Amino acid sequence: MILIWLIAILLGGGILAALAGRWSATAPRWIALATVTADFALGLSLWAGNAGRIDLVPGNGWLEQVDWTWIPQFGIHFHLALDGLSLLMLMLTFFLGFISVLASWREITKSVGFFHLNLLWVLAGVVSVFLAVDLFLFYFAWELMLVPMYFLIAIWGHERRTYAAIKFFIFTQLSGLLMLVAILALYFLHHASTGVYTFQYEDLLGTPLSPAAAIWIMLGFFGAFAVKLPMFPLHSWLPDAHTEAPTAGSIILAGLLLKTGAYGMLRFVVPLFPGAAREFAPVALTLGVIGILYGAVLAFGQTDLKRLVAYTSVSHLGFVLVGIFAWNQLALQGAVMTMLCHGISTGALFALVGALQERTHTREMDRMGGLWSTIPRLSGAALFFSLASLGLPGLGDFVGEFLVLLGAWEAHRIIAIFSTIGVLFATFYALRLVAQVFHGENRHGWRLADLAPREQLAIGLMAVSLLWLGLYPRPVFRTFAPAMHRLQAAAAREATP
Amino acid sequence: MTGTGAIAILPLMILGAMPVVLMIAISIRRSHRLTAFLSLAGLAAAWRTLWAAAAVAPRQVTPLLIIDRYALFYTGLIVLATFVVVLLSYAYFEHRSRHPEEVYVLLFVAALGASVLASASHFATLFLGLELLSVPLYAMIAYRQQRKLPVEAGVKYLVLAAASASFLLFGMALVYSELGTMEFGRLAAAAAGGLNEVVVLPAVVLIVVGIGFKLAVVPFHMWTPDVYEGAPAPVAAFIATVSKGGMFALLLRYFYRTGFRGYEPIIAIFFIIAVASMLAGNLLALLQNNVKRILAYSSIAHLGYLLVAFLAAGALATTAVTFYLVAYFITMLGAFGVVGVVSAPGADAGDLAEYRGLFWRKPVLAAIFTAMLFSLAGIPLTAGFIGKYIVVAAGASRSLWALVVILVVTSAIGLYYYLRIVVALYSGSEETSPAPHMAPVAGVALVILTILLIAIGVFPGPLIGAIHAATAALG
Repeated sequence: MILIWLIAILLGGGILAALAGRWSATAPRWIALATVTADFALGLSLWAGNAGRIDLVPGNGWLEQVDWTWIPQFGIHFHLALDGLSLLMLMLTFFLGFISVLASWREITKSVGFFHLNLLWVLAGVVSVFLAVDLFLFYFAWELMLVPMYFLIAIWGHERRTYAAIKFFIFTQLSGLLMLVAILALYFLHHASTGVYTFQYEDLLGTPLSPAAAIWIMLGFFGAFAVKLPMFPLHSWLPDAHTEAPTAGSIILAGLLLKTGAYGMLRFVVPLFPGAAREFAPVALTLGVIGILYGAVLAFGQTDLKRLVAYTSVSHLGFVLVGIFAWNQLALQGAVMTMLCHGISTGALFALVGALQERTHTREMDRMGGLWSTIPRLSGAALFFSLASLGLPGLGDFVGEFLVLLGAWEAHRIIAIFSTIGVLFATFYALRLVAQVFHGENRHGWRLADLAPREQLAIGLMAVSLLWLGLYPRPVFRTFAPAMHRLQAAAAREATP
Repeated sequence: MTGTGAIAILPLMILGAMPVVLMIAISIRRSHRLTAFLSLAGLAAAWRTLWAAAAVAPRQVTPLLIIDRYALFYTGLIVLATFVVVLLSYAYFEHRSRHPEEVYVLLFVAALGASVLASASHFATLFLGLELLSVPLYAMIAYRQQRKLPVEAGVKYLVLAAASASFLLFGMALVYSELGTMEFGRLAAAAAGGLNEVVVLPAVVLIVVGIGFKLAVVPFHMWTPDVYEGAPAPVAAFIATVSKGGMFALLLRYFYRTGFRGYEPIIAIFFIIAVASMLAGNLLALLQNNVKRILAYSSIAHLGYLLVAFLAAGALATTAVTFYLVAYFITMLGAFGVVGVVSAPGADAGDLAEYRGLFWRKPVLAAIFTAMLFSLAGIPLTAGFIGKYIVVAAGASRSLWALVVILVVTSAIGLYYYLRIVVALYSGSEETSPAPHMAPVAGVALVILTILLIAIGVFPGPLIGAIHAATAALG
């Protein structure tokens, strides 16, 4: 039941915020903040409550679940379930939700109530995606989370918001529909071999498929997740959407929506179609490496700050893709770790860029320079998160990417070598950002207000969690280890029919 | 005809009697409110008698009509849709027309025609139903005859509908000359002995032309955008829903009962029509700036989706078609309802500019329109999503991969023009143009439609169960 509450609180909080928006511009912010805090507390209590038994759970391994019949005629269930992996993703969701409410505190002035409705509902959609284990429900949530995100970009975005919002929507919708076709194909093939109509994840695991069918269906799923991830060459919606979205939108896009793609690969693509995924792995690994390098090179070439950060996401998520398809324990651990840390570090960078834009009303790096002298705290924070992004040891990103590289080395040496070059490139773009914006002489004579206490709180929390993930990641590893073991077991079981 | 037969066709009889009742009422006292009220009462009565009819169904009433649960389900759908159209018309015509009362007379004749189509089991009833449906529409489209656009649309519809009806007649005559019967049920048996392709193939093609015109599928769609643009919004809603729904009900029954559905050339013809409708509908809508024309092209595309399910055949397909039609009815009625409310008294609101920033002036109205557009686009929480899901499922269950992929790709293209309208609704906050006045009747109708849309989108189970039971007879 607690899983229903996690979603219901967000939905209810959203409606409350929208109603409160009629009377006051501040009330919706506090309501939204209270809502995500409540969910965060619930999530923490779930985590703490399960800490002792996380690797002892018997049977199918769900820590919590809810299973209701939804549309009996088609065997559709409202089935939510939680394991260590989804638990961590939920914690990230609530954490970044909290940050995005803080980040939009001053930025959003137009119809504040409706904004927070969309913000909380997109979080609800993301939570449902991380929890759904009925494929129909998963698809439902997958599509549903687009709508509030679309509104966030289309209404509160920057100059080219309409274009960016429509592009984002069509890209994800088309790939989502192809996934629907794949889900249905799996559903009917499962019925053909077992006589049961079901969308339940656990029943569909181990559906016997001919190799040709498996590869096509796998591609349907893979395509949808690859667009969200985003994988080169399906990434072209990302720079536009990230750049044009309001700060909270960018944080949620980069921190959470991209993670749903990676989560889908981990949860569905490999366990459901182990044979096909293994066959396809070289292609995925290659595209992942291309994404790492391509994203890094393009990030280096940007002059728009937000676009720069957006392209670094393409690069970092390339590591995740490599980690997933190298499919050994180290690489998988690294992939999950990178997902978490990228969410926090990129979220922080977007928050900082947003704060900078609020003050300077520009995102052009050429119009900045020497800002350290006027806003030292913001500049220091930007340096910190740039270093995290380039993989400085001691911070979370390093742990993730290092493990991916180790795992990839075991699987495919060449892939590992090229990925390592990507880490090197990260140094270039991260340091260029810091050098060009914050160092040097303040040529344009900027005099700006430094980080307000509210912003310091948000940034500080993110910095502390990155340090924690970098120095003592053991609790996190322990949390998702059993879930990953089960996924690996599922994948291995069917690989040898 | 026996007593139980009379009970079985009671809903049709009420629909048929209502025009007379209304005409008498109008001659006694010309009052818009009274006429609309009587119409609603008549529809409620027809709705009530559906259960009495269901108790004696299935029943063949003369060779012409078959009253089974399938026919009754569609009749019920038509009655409900007409009910909504009456509400929308009342709000729409109240300040626009000096003599709005006769609209309701025509409306009942057309609804009767559509219901007859849903229960037809004979070529004669097919033709009767078709004409009963078409003739009132000419007048309804051109009802505001002091304006140019409606009259032009009405004449266009008249010419094309009459032409297509004659194609249909010719096709029926050819079938009769070859098989010697006009009853659907006996056509199958007559055809079993082998068909003379030279006669039957042209006959079937001619019939498809007649049906295709009413459904507005490519290449018989040319009239659609003009008529939708010219017709008053509630009438356009009626054409988009009841007229097409009745015809689709007939199409399903005709091709399932006669066994023509398994006939290779038919499959090929409908395959081409389906693909062409999906492509043309969605691509041409991209070029439009007029909301009514966009909805027209969108409806062409939706009929293409329906044909995908039709081609899939089988129990899942009839469920899919019927469910999709229900969702489509709700959505189109809602969308045209909003268009009617937004319209200034002069001309119907067509241009996208008239919808700009509607959200900031009329949040509820804009939210309703958004829900309707999302339903057309097949976004979750709306009935349109479940509809699209079932149609894709029906296609996938028979491995019609080509059609399914075309459906998916074209509907992603279609998103663009729906989102264009949505963007307009939410753009620019400081608008000076006055907020449109929403009549309470129209408001109630729209809110109920939206609630239905979302209720069906979230809990489709009961409706699917009802449709399952209703279409089981058809197979």
